[in-house]
Amino acid sequence: MSQQQGLEITLEFGGGAELLFGNLKKHQVTLPACEGKWTIRSLLTWMKDNLLKERPELFIQGETVRPGILVLVNDADWELLGQLDYEIEAKDNILFISTLHGG
Amino acid sequence: MPVKCSSSCGKNAILKRPKTGDALCKDCFFWAFETEVHNTIVSGHLFKKGDTVAVAASGGKDSTVLAYVLKVLNERHDYGLNLVLLSIDEGITGYRDDSLETVKQNRDDYQMPLKILSYEELFGWTMDAIVGQVGRKNNCTFCGVFRRQALDRGATLLGVNCVATGHNADDLAETVLMNILRGDIARLQRCTSIITASESEGSIPRVKPLKYTYEKEIVMYAYFKRLVYFSTECVFAPNAYRGHARAFLKDLEKIRPSVIMDIIHSGESLQVKDDVKLPVRTQCTRCGSVSSQELCKACVLLEGLNRGLPKLGIGKTSLANRAREQQDAQKTRIVNCDF
Ligand SMILES: [Zn+2]
Ligand SMILES: [Zn+2]
Ligand SMILES: [Zn+2]
Repeated sequence: MSQQQGLEITLEFGGGAELLFGNLKKHQVTLPACEGKWTIRSLLTWMKDNLLKERPELFIQGETVRPGILVLVNDADWELLGQLDYEIEAKDNILFISTLHGG
Repeated sequence: MPVKCSSSCGKNAILKRPKTGDALCKDCFFWAFETEVHNTIVSGHLFKKGDTVAVAASGGKDSTVLAYVLKVLNERHDYGLNLVLLSIDEGITGYRDDSLETVKQNRDDYQMPLKILSYEELFGWTMDAIVGQVGRKNNCTFCGVFRRQALDRGATLLGVNCVATGHNADDLAETVLMNILRGDIARLQRCTSIITASESEGSIPRVKPLKYTYEKEIVMYAYFKRLVYFSTECVFAPNAYRGHARAFLKDLEKIRPSVIMDIIHSGESLQVKDDVKLPVRTQCTRCGSVSSQELCKACVLLEGLNRGLPKLGIGKTSLANRAREQQDAQKTRIVNCDF
């Protein structure tokens, strides 16, 4: 099933991950309409091209997030939701928290 | 389709536990997290009723969660502890001054007294000034050594029975790995113990109530409890060696999720044969703190800074002695010329 209009979602960053995204903790974004469904996998590629301001290797490694970055979809651990394969829905809130900074 | 909580409470799960793979809802997670820390405290005999315990508070996630959970457990299980916050101000502009604001927030939120001690008042040097002298290459050595001693002195000043630090399972596994790679047998033996330095050795014991708690759960706990912590990286070069150990462990975890616990267990199980010579722990002749050398590392580093020979404590002891002698000889020569 293809999505005709763009997909409106909220991206949030915490634990220091916001520093890689213009030091902004909350971004309202519209993902462009595409063939098939948006997944976290395709979202990460989109973020790398459109949102990531600096040092992409601190956020993305290979096709997934750098180990030590937690991902929550609507306040639930993405490890419960299929991780990269999770199919994003309109109004989803996706939060990335870095565990790597500070003790 | 939301996943249901493993404990069949009927609620939706919010977290997959790294240790067990269980899916838990928010309330069952809070309960499991707190109960495990409680079990660690009880089975490790970390505290006695009536103890005054200083929580080493940096404003970061680990110590913020530690202070909070100790307060909760102290009330829930009637530990009878008097909890205080102890913070070290290294004197790093734009980093520590901001994180100390977080600690002050902890003080107000958790109603715990707070003591802040600075490198400047203890050693006469701020980290900013030290970096000015030594550059950005070895500054983490200074920072680490001075922090350890600063915590000891702060604990003595406050007259506490022990200091609780926020070291978590991930930190510990990293430390075990680093000590193996360095071949540091003495530290390898000490680093996994849940209580370090007994009172008989003259220094105040350190305890690690979060020793078996995963970093992921600490961050998730802070997030779901809405605890405010400070998460900016130190403005000076981060500890690169630890960074490599951490990256390696994270890669291992993908293949074998239990690797963190496995490595801690290995560290705990390692026994050094009786006939292996380990450095004898005595007291520093200058400041009296526990040391395996005549002068403790902090005193050597401090001497280096004050002599304008900042490399003194970083290389081998023999090199340090030679540098010291050379400078002394030079001074004598200058003095002689004055006659
Ligand atoms: Zn840590
Ligand atoms: Zn539950
Ligand atoms: Zn000393």
